[in-house]
Amino acid sequence: MKPAVKRLIFFTALILFWGLGSQFELWHETILPSPFSVWDALVAGFADLTLVYDLVASFRRLLIGLAVSLLIGTALGILLARSKTADDTIGSMVLALQSVPSIIWLPLAMMWFGLGEGAIIFVVILGGTFVMTLNVRTGIKNVNPLYIKAARTMGSNGIDLFWKVIIPASIPYLVTGARLAWAFAWRALMAGELLSAGPGLGYTLRYASDFGNMALVIGVMIIIGVVGAVVDQLIFQRIEKNVLKRWGLES
Amino acid sequence: MFIEIQHINKIYTDKDNNANTVLEDINLEIPKGQFVSILGPSGCGKSTLLSMIAGLTSASSGGIVVDGKNVQKPGKDRGMVFQEAALFPWMTVTENVVFPLRKEMSKKQAIERARHFLQMVQLSNYAGHYPHELSGGMQQRVSIARSLAMDPAVLLMDEPFGALDEQTRSRLHGQLEKIWIDTKKTIVFVTHSIQESIKLSDRIVVMGTRPGTVIADIEVDIPRPREEHKQQVAALEERIMGLLKGEIDKVINEELAYEARS
Repeated sequence: MKPAVKRLIFFTALILFWGLGSQFELWHETILPSPFSVWDALVAGFADLTLVYDLVASFRRLLIGLAVSLLIGTALGILLARSKTADDTIGSMVLALQSVPSIIWLPLAMMWFGLGEGAIIFVVILGGTFVMTLNVRTGIKNVNPLYIKAARTMGSNGIDLFWKVIIPASIPYLVTGARLAWAFAWRALMAGELLSAGPGLGYTLRYASDFGNMALVIGVMIIIGVVGAVVDQLIFQRIEKNVLKRWGLES
Repeated sequence: MFIEIQHINKIYTDKDNNANTVLEDINLEIPKGQFVSILGPSGCGKSTLLSMIAGLTSASSGGIVVDGKNVQKPGKDRGMVFQEAALFPWMTVTENVVFPLRKEMSKKQAIERARHFLQMVQLSNYAGHYPHELSGGMQQRVSIARSLAMDPAVLLMDEPFGALDEQTRSRLHGQLEKIWIDTKKTIVFVTHSIQESIKLSDRIVVMGTRPGTVIADIEVDIPRPREEHKQQVAALEERIMGLLKGEIDKVINEELAYEARS
């Protein structure tokens, strides 16, 4: 059986169980709304465009934040890989920063940037930057020494060696870094939006919760999950797989 | 002399601060156009010596001159073929061969040149492929084409066929011999295989181990193709085997002593 078929059967069964449970009142509608109410809430949300505005607003923040975090992460990663002193000092700080969820920066970010776009984007940037930094650093440090030796015997050195050999050779790590940065940034974005002003998926989730609209809460949760999975599998995993194959790291 | 290796010493200091002599007073002169093999058991420093000619490793003392120039760092005048093909996986076969050429000629010229050398190793049909789509033997042929395309004064080969299966190796021996005859390149070929060195080279420098020294310098005057002179080949093989026997025993004894100590 194909994985796609298996998946289809699994999700159908899950929704069927959920629907039947609601039908026979195994749980109360206010505790866990039925799939029909969730569907209605989603349809209503898209019909009056609130969810569309939310998606647009969330993606705007995400794209800005992710782009900045990839740029800073790459630059910082190159610095850590090339300078022993930077690695010993900044490197240890990056490791510490990487181990804390970036949402804990929100109170400070609100002081610095106000309770708006700036604070959320700041948290998103912090969410993606450090994992990218560490992957770029590892990628550059793990370049097969044979490539460097071979390039040197072919007259390449210095900046040419770095841009034409070392950076391309570490692309697999860069791609993995970008994929993880996206995942971290997406989580940071949702956390940030839950705690700040709208529009945005996280904001609508909290708004619905405040008004006891559990159907919409679940609807938004599903959107968040689906977006996360789709971007990861359709975009990043596909690129990653192609790169690994081309770089001869996977047969 | 075309390549002059003078009083080369190489001493490594290990983590316990013991000095290990890898190479001791190596002196060699290689004339232009010669196919010379450096033969020895593992650990005799033959690859280190080759790496020094390439300029990738520095000597503790002594000097190497290639074509009148002191070797200080790697350069395109010395092409190197490693045991692994060392092709860049993100480039096609053609782009790999063009890599060393891209700064000294137009793109069109470089591609034309790459095509010529890929033809020489009979891989022109694979110009647009990526390295991972090629077998090990094909990758190594691309790597040879890449080195030759730079038109180096000398081709340095570090056990280039060591990782290949017997049939592929034997076919590549034939191809390399033909390339050498056609291009008249000076080739320094490092190997631990006695048969390989006899089959290919004009001259075999036999190295002993711990420390690495030259224990014999043999001119091979068997006419080519050597497959047709089996008796002479067998006699030479036996002679070299005798030279190396003592060396291999030395390695084994040392390793046993090391095991007993630890």
